[in-house]
Amino acid sequence: MMIKCALQDLLANAVRLYPQNIAIDEPGHGTVTYAELAQLSDRVRDRLCFIGVEPGDRIGIYMRKSIDAIAAVFGILKTGAAYVPVDPNAPAARNAYILNNCAVRAAIVEKRFELRLQEELGKLGPPPSLLLLDRTGAGEPLRATLDLEDSLRHAPTVETTTADPDELAYILYTSGSTGRPKGVMLSHLNAVSFVNWCSEVFEPTDKDCFSSHAPLHFDLSILDLYVSLKHGARLVLIGEEASKEPLRLAPLIAEKRISIWYSAPSILSLLAQYGGLERHDYSALRLVLFAGEVFPIKHLRLLKSLLPKPRYFNLYGPTETNVCTSYEIPKDIPEDRTVPFPIGETCSHLQSVVLDENGSGVPVGQEGELCIRGSGVMQGYWNLPEHSARSFHAESGGKSWYKTGDLVVEDQEGNYIFVGRRDRMVKRRGYRVELGEIEAGLYRHPNIKEAAVIAVANEEAGVQIKAILSYREGKRASVIELKRFCAENLPLYMVPDLFHFLESLPKTSTDKIDYQKLLEIK
Amino acid sequence: MQEIKSTVKSYILKEFLFGENPDELTDSTPLITGGILDSIATLKLVAFIEERYSVTLQAHEADVEHLNTIGDITNLILSKKSS
Repeated sequence: MMIKCALQDLLANAVRLYPQNIAIDEPGHGTVTYAELAQLSDRVRDRLCFIGVEPGDRIGIYMRKSIDAIAAVFGILKTGAAYVPVDPNAPAARNAYILNNCAVRAAIVEKRFELRLQEELGKLGPPPSLLLLDRTGAGEPLRATLDLEDSLRHAPTVETTTADPDELAYILYTSGSTGRPKGVMLSHLNAVSFVNWCSEVFEPTDKDCFSSHAPLHFDLSILDLYVSLKHGARLVLIGEEASKEPLRLAPLIAEKRISIWYSAPSILSLLAQYGGLERHDYSALRLVLFAGEVFPIKHLRLLKSLLPKPRYFNLYGPTETNVCTSYEIPKDIPEDRTVPFPIGETCSHLQSVVLDENGSGVPVGQEGELCIRGSGVMQGYWNLPEHSARSFHAESGGKSWYKTGDLVVEDQEGNYIFVGRRDRMVKRRGYRVELGEIEAGLYRHPNIKEAAVIAVANEEAGVQIKAILSYREGKRASVIELKRFCAENLPLYMVPDLFHFLESLPKTSTDKIDYQKLLEIK
Repeated sequence: MQEIKSTVKSYILKEFLFGENPDELTDSTPLITGGILDSIATLKLVAFIEERYSVTLQAHEADVEHLNTIGDITNLILSKKSS
């Protein structure tokens, strides 16, 4: 597929075709049209260029998902730089690590995060320049900051940079097994080839209304943001609070007439169980897309019985490839089906193989690791050349395949079925969690001598995270204290559900922690 | 009031603080900001309260302002029951 287009060109095209369409609706705050979004992001571009941002730089985004944040995204892209969104709810130390790790030239930050961020950045070296917003909402605070800066020193208008397809567009940090998040580097080509695949399969129009449920640091946001904007559709930003509360979310989806929904399955399960969906009108909804983890059949069946009209798609793929396989859920789910649906067939812009541990292909019906190549596959991890090299399988002839770490089996119909993981990464509520990162977080506690973290499958709650700990001399910390400690040091979705205490952890003959034994502890 | 407190407390201990010494959980222990109740745990707690006390919580009441401590939760239930 020949792609010359950069992400900022998608917005430019839409502005030409649909200047007065509403581009973004931020419930409770306001809306912007395509023309307004283009104008505001132009001003961000001008300001960033004025302070010295150049193509190839990285710029951080540290704020609530809002019209301000989306305008910042496009402003950054228009300078030819890549954006690096961080989780505003994660600890400041983790976010400072990320911004420092990829050496951002500048960051656009909400003021309420400034103090802690500066403190943490100060420990790491000379801090980047920060463009500060009083708050966020409908683009007003961003506009106010730009007005203020302009009144001090006017930023002249500059041209939008057209990025080369292989230039970085954004870096998304995911959980790292060594305790430090790692930055997945994605280019314009990576994103645009995926966006084009979505156009083919989902056929959006400017009459569609997309949900934006995922936060910007989560790769689901790529579909929401760029597929909707490419087609002149409307994007409804779902705030942090409503996004987790089925009783608020259910009426919002109906009132906003959302036609294309995309999220992790966990919130869809909650909507089906607690959302009171039968009380609202969902006649506009035509597509329900989900990705990020396995959707338990019981809840999917309930959801489909409450919302029978839309088509449902199971999308699969790690951040490193974005969606790489898809499967349309059949109209009727047989009553006796208890196993989850397949992850499906490879998307048309990618190719796949299933390899065994030696890198040889396995026959249909046998388990192996799903490996992907093509225009959607990341360039590597930021500043981790060895780790990047290890994550690809190089074939003679120069082909190299990204190893997803996911074990699959291909069925007779040519669909992949997800079997499990090769390593210690788990999916929890759509978030990717390296158990090693939680262990590293626990080891920062002064009284903890040994920490091991495992995932336990639970029929009702899905995946639960269990920490097994041993203590140094002295008082044992309470579960409450440990949860608080974790909440201060890790993103909330990584806080273990269960804690278990032992005198010392079981070891293998080579004196490593014996995870098999830990799994047997009830 | 004491009955509500101890019922809510034992529910939280049983569901979300498995293995914890009950004395550690007080009326003012921060539950949501302290990482004990995440969003799904909060929903389960709300469902439990609604069923046990035959009250209905509004969406805006299922938040950190109303549910962050056993004290807050008890006050919320009491205000619901008396209205």
